Amino acid sequence: MTTGEKDFTPVAKAQPPRSAAAMPALTVKNLSVYFGTHQVLKNVSLAIRARAVTAVIGPSGCGKSTFLRSLNRMHELVPEARMEGEIRLFGQDIYAGNVEPVIVRRRVGMVFQKSNPFPTMSIADNVTVGLRLNGIRTRSVLAERTEHSLRMAALWDEVKDRLHAPAISLSGGQQQRLCIARALAVQPEVLLMDEPASALDPLATAKIEDLILELKKDFTIVIVTHNMQQAARMSDDTAFFYLGELVEFGATDKIFTSPTQKRTEDYVTGRFG
Amino acid sequence: MQVLTFTCALLVVAPLVLVFYHLVYSGIGAVSWDFFTKLPKPVGETGGGMANAIVGTFILLSIAALIGVPIGVLGGVYLSEYGSSKLNWWIRFWADVLNGVPSIIWGMVVYALVVLPMKGFSAWAGGIVLGMMMIPLIMRTTEEVLQLVPNGYREAALALGIAQWRTIVQIVVRTALKGIVTGVLLALARVAGETAPLLFTAFGNRFWNHNLSDPIAALPLQIFSYAISPYEDWHRQAWAGALVLLLLITAINVSVRVLTRDRFHK
Repeated sequence: MTTGEKDFTPVAKAQPPRSAAAMPALTVKNLSVYFGTHQVLKNVSLAIRARAVTAVIGPSGCGKSTFLRSLNRMHELVPEARMEGEIRLFGQDIYAGNVEPVIVRRRVGMVFQKSNPFPTMSIADNVTVGLRLNGIRTRSVLAERTEHSLRMAALWDEVKDRLHAPAISLSGGQQQRLCIARALAVQPEVLLMDEPASALDPLATAKIEDLILELKKDFTIVIVTHNMQQAARMSDDTAFFYLGELVEFGATDKIFTSPTQKRTEDYVTGRFG
Repeated sequence: MQVLTFTCALLVVAPLVLVFYHLVYSGIGAVSWDFFTKLPKPVGETGGGMANAIVGTFILLSIAALIGVPIGVLGGVYLSEYGSSKLNWWIRFWADVLNGVPSIIWGMVVYALVVLPMKGFSAWAGGIVLGMMMIPLIMRTTEEVLQLVPNGYREAALALGIAQWRTIVQIVVRTALKGIVTGVLLALARVAGETAPLLFTAFGNRFWNHNLSDPIAALPLQIFSYAISPYEDWHRQAWAGALVLLLLITAINVSVRVLTRDRFHK
C-alpha cells in the first residue's frame, strides 16, 4: 500500500466548506446490489445531505445493511457480490476503476452493531490503529489524534488516566464509543453506523445518541436502525427500505407524520415490521 | 455405569503412569552430568553419554521448524483468510491424509528426494523429513485458531481503510498468535520423538556432527540402537535417553499449557 503521509496531516483535513453544504455528501443513482443471483437492492436512488444525520429504516432483510455497506464498498467482502449503478462521494465516483476500496473506506468510516475493539491492543492503540497501520509513526501526531478522537467520541474524560489499559477492560457502551473514536481518528468525511446502539442499555444508548447529534456538526452520518423512535429523535432525513426497494425518502418529520406511501405509514406506525 | 467408565478412564491413564515410573526407575541411574556432556564410548568401555544425540535432536528440530513453521502457518492463513471453499476442501482433505501417513513412509520419501541425490545421509535430510511432517499439523491448527477470530475484527480493520494483508498480519494473526504458537509447539513435540523417518535420513552418528551434510545423531535413534544392542551398559543409557526425551516432550507440553492458560480465562 502506498498511502502518502499527506492524507493524514495533523491539521484537520479540509472538510468541504460550509458553503458547499448544499452539495450532497453521497449521491446514489440507480443502485442495484446482487449476491450471486439474489438481488438485494433494487434501483435505489437518493442524495445524502452533508453534515446531517440520515436514518435508514425498514424491516429485517430489507437491504438496509447492504445499502449502508455499499456506501464504503464493504459489501464487496462477500465473494459473489456485484453492483450496478453509481455512488458519488462529494462528486467523485467511488466505484471508478482507479479508486481503491481502502481509500474509499478511509473517507467513509464505519461503526458496527457489535462493538469490536481489538483485544490485543490498549485503548490508545485502538484509537490510532488506522493511522499506524497506514504508515503514520510520528508520536506527537498519534498522541494528538488520540486525544482529539477520544474527545470527539465523548470518552476522553473517562479513559484519559488509563490509555494503556486493555481496550476490552471498558464497559460495553465505552467500547462502542471507543470504536467511534477509532473510526474518527482516520478523519473520515462520512460515518456509517450499523445499529450502533442496539446491543447497549438505555443509558449507554442515550450517550451514543447525544454523541451522534454532536458529531453531525462536522461529519455526515448515515445510521441504520431498528428503533423507530431513535430514527425520529435523531435524524434529519429518513430512508425507508422494504424488500430491497427504497419506498420513501425525505425529511424525517415528513416520513413520520405525513408519509406519501401507504407502506411507509404502516411501518412507522408499527402495523408491520 | 459410572464404575465402568471410571475403570476405563483409569485404564487410559495407567499405561502413562507405568511407563513414566518404569522410565524413571530404570533410567535415573544413568542420568548423570556425563550423560549430558560426553560422547558415547566405544563398545566395551563403560560410561560416556549422549551429548551428541541431545544436541542433534535440537538441531534437527531447528531445521524442521525452519521448514515447517513458515510453510505451515502461511498455508493455514491461506485456508482461513483466502481461497475458495472448493479448493480449500481439497487442501484440507490432503492435509488430513498427510497427517495420517505412517512416519516411515515420510522417511522413504525424503530418502528418495534428498538422501539419494545428495549421495548420503545428512542432518538436512533428517530436518527436512521432520519439517515436512510438521507442515500439515501446523497448517490445520493455524487454520482452526484463525477461524476462531471473530469476523468483526476483520471488518473493523478493513473499514478503517487498512489493506487486507495488513489486517491479516497485524489484526487476525496477532489476535490468534497464542493459538498458533501452541500449534507449533505441539507439532514439535509430536515429531521430536520420531524414529522411523530418521533411520533413512539422519541415520545417526556416534560423534559430533560438524557439517549438516553429514549424518547426525538424534535421541530417538540413539535410544533405538542402544536398546537393540546386547550390552547391559547401553541398555541403561537407552533408558536414560528415553527418560530425557520424555521429559523434553513433557516440557513442551507443559509450556503449551502455560501459554494457553489465560486464553480461557478471558
